[in-house]
Amino acid sequence: MATETNLTQGVSLDHHHDDHGHEHHEESFISKYIFSEDHKMIAKQFLITGIIWAFFGGAMSVIFRLQLGFPDMELSFLKPFLGHWLDSAGKLDPNYYLALVTMHGTIMVFFVLTAGLSGTFSNFLIPLQIGARDMASGFMNMLSYWFFFAASVVMFSSLFLETGPAMGGWVVYPPLSALPEAVPGSGAGMTYWLISMALFIISTLLGGINYITTVINMRTKGLSFSRLPLTIWAFFLTAIIGLLSFPVLFAAALLLIFDRSFGTSFYLSEIYMNGEALHNQGGSAILYQHLFWFLGHPEVYIVLLPALGITSEIIATNSRKPIFGYRAMIGSMIGIAILSFIVWAHHMFVTGMNPFLGSIFMFLTLIIAVPSAVKAFNYITTLWRGNIIFTPAMLFSIGLVSVFISGGVTGIILGNNALDIQLHDTYFVVAHFHIVMGSASFFGFMAGVYHWFPKMYGRMMDEKLGYIHFWLTFVGIYLVFFPMHYIGIAGFPRRYYSHTSFDAFSTFTDLNMFISAAAIVTFLGQAIFAFNFVWSIFRGRRAPENPWNSNTLEWTTPVSPGHGNWPGKIPHVYRWAYDYSKPNADKDGFGDFIPQNVPLSKTPHSNLEHENEIMNEQHVEDDLKINDHK
Amino acid sequence: MLEQQIDITDEAQETLSMHPQKFAMWLFITSIVMLFAAFTSAYIVRQAEGNWLYFELPNLFWTNSAILIISSATMHWAVLSARKDNLSMLKIAISITTVLGLTFLVMQVWAWQELVVNGVFFAGSESNPSGSFLYVITGMHGVHIVSGVVFLLIALYSVFTYKIHSKNMTRLEMCATFWHFLDILWLYLFGFLLLNH
Repeated sequence: MATETNLTQGVSLDHHHDDHGHEHHEESFISKYIFSEDHKMIAKQFLITGIIWAFFGGAMSVIFRLQLGFPDMELSFLKPFLGHWLDSAGKLDPNYYLALVTMHGTIMVFFVLTAGLSGTFSNFLIPLQIGARDMASGFMNMLSYWFFFAASVVMFSSLFLETGPAMGGWVVYPPLSALPEAVPGSGAGMTYWLISMALFIISTLLGGINYITTVINMRTKGLSFSRLPLTIWAFFLTAIIGLLSFPVLFAAALLLIFDRSFGTSFYLSEIYMNGEALHNQGGSAILYQHLFWFLGHPEVYIVLLPALGITSEIIATNSRKPIFGYRAMIGSMIGIAILSFIVWAHHMFVTGMNPFLGSIFMFLTLIIAVPSAVKAFNYITTLWRGNIIFTPAMLFSIGLVSVFISGGVTGIILGNNALDIQLHDTYFVVAHFHIVMGSASFFGFMAGVYHWFPKMYGRMMDEKLGYIHFWLTFVGIYLVFFPMHYIGIAGFPRRYYSHTSFDAFSTFTDLNMFISAAAIVTFLGQAIFAFNFVWSIFRGRRAPENPWNSNTLEWTTPVSPGHGNWPGKIPHVYRWAYDYSKPNADKDGFGDFIPQNVPLSKTPHSNLEHENEIMNEQHVEDDLKINDHK
Repeated sequence: MLEQQIDITDEAQETLSMHPQKFAMWLFITSIVMLFAAFTSAYIVRQAEGNWLYFELPNLFWTNSAILIISSATMHWAVLSARKDNLSMLKIAISITTVLGLTFLVMQVWAWQELVVNGVFFAGSESNPSGSFLYVITGMHGVHIVSGVVFLLIALYSVFTYKIHSKNMTRLEMCATFWHFLDILWLYLFGFLLLNH
């Protein structure tokens, strides 16, 4: 419908659409809040589900950090939550420690930072920022959320299985994950995990197909690709990466299902279990790793790119400056997207890979530092001498730049296939990806929530609580993850239940306690956010139409846009999204920002030379058209 | 007056756009391509590691390829007839295509039976990944053929209720795109298996 409106450019059709569309019929509770096809409601559904999952995932990490930091601690007070996961002495059962680690990883990577982040902001911002009434297919969009919800239900119910949820790590490498006898969680728990992930992949593909179709086909008039806000570029590329990589994970999971339940031998070979030889012959466990990491590495960028896009938007807006190097930003995102597909084997340097092949993957991996550095420099140069407004969203964005750099630097170390022999599977790796992928994406997520909350709920979040939340989180994550580099270099392997039986590690007992204490404080700090979020939905200060004086189209809608987004005509776009503090804008009657929907002819004093040229060309063209009509 | 004139002359440029549903269909096809790219590359990676059972492909695969190629031709015939509003011809063409699609599915199951008779098993102690891969690849293609046949049945229903004609081609055209794609996908998989079995 919206495409038709775009194509026919007539006001009459617009009115027609609005009349029969949404104003005259009351939506029932179910069609408005539950099976909604409105992209804004679906975005909120993703957001709230994501936040709930984040608290579950975070709580799990606190429990296993208690085990790691205070190995002798009695955890009986957690009995009401953990039940038989604790043994009679009040200690965490080692199997369930592994379950907690596995579930923490799965939940955070897929449910929070993929569905929660990309699902929320792609859904919310794509139609609003490109000037569309909704997604290309509202129905597919609704299905995307409900497949995610079904995946969530299956994953959540696996927590209550007698034998526990999956315990093989979030990467679920066979043979550990393929043999139910290997660990309790590889029984029913693993089956639930695979079903849940299959549903999740369907959800991601449905969402991704919709995002790409919408961005390409439903942009409002004048919004060429070279004028798209960087947020949309980021969501667009993220969706493409997802579309190309998730089917491969599906293939890997399908073969694993056949191995587990049908007796094939894709990943299994020559295994003895309790002294008995299994029938499986000729499988290859490394094959699974190749397939898994072909998704797994792009997944890192599926998680990170939306956060980077959100940051670009927020930093430019709150520095009151155009983003530095707009085209370089797009180029580096495309570069990252392409490179993400040809570096997967750097996760597999120690699998017996040919060292020459390893050095090729090292070379390709290190190239990613180039576009990443371009992005980091562009953020900093955008901030440079800007008229910075420190909103909570801005603080989280600047925080993202900080963790993106400090985590990215260790990536250069890990990407080296010689150094990786020492560092592989240690806490150094844990520190690296929690800073560069986990924290950076989380900061982008939070920045996005603080920034677009007024558009989502028509109210403002409390700034003071936002500042407290930011500083607790920012200081907290550095205190948690920075020391992990040291214990990683010292050789602490990740995923171990306890390190107390190694004398060499006893000097680091204090450091581990410190990390755990910091993790608990950081986690508790998130309660401030939860309170602020829920309280502001109902009691927050009413938001103005454009609280951050931003240029993009979503701020031209009413405070709480209805289904269809714009009550009247869809605005057209005449300029890029970054006309902040443009020289001479005051002579045209504008402050330090000129929204995208202001025609160039309205701003003769501040137009740049090439903008005047564009305008003149159009004058000539339109004069010809007018003559034709005569 | 001047203000108005400026508004007219300062019109924003049209953006590129395609039919959203057709475009989404191509994206869906892309994800299927990635799925089979994963299977066939896994096949090559696994084959390179040795311990690989070599066997003859069932002869029925040749017949089945012919069936799919003919069904693609009849699908195209259906689209051409619909464009000319030749509805009786359209009914015949789309019916033949659907029947050929179903025949292909049945024949694939026969081909599997032929494999089992020859001692190539999907699972169990006598199986080898080479055979398992064959079943997975042809089976997943079969699953997609099932979805293609469902799509054909929907198109068939629309044809017989006169919802498809030269002015309303979207559904038929999307069905044709998908069916031709499944045909090409099969030819790729068959060729791949011929070269690497």
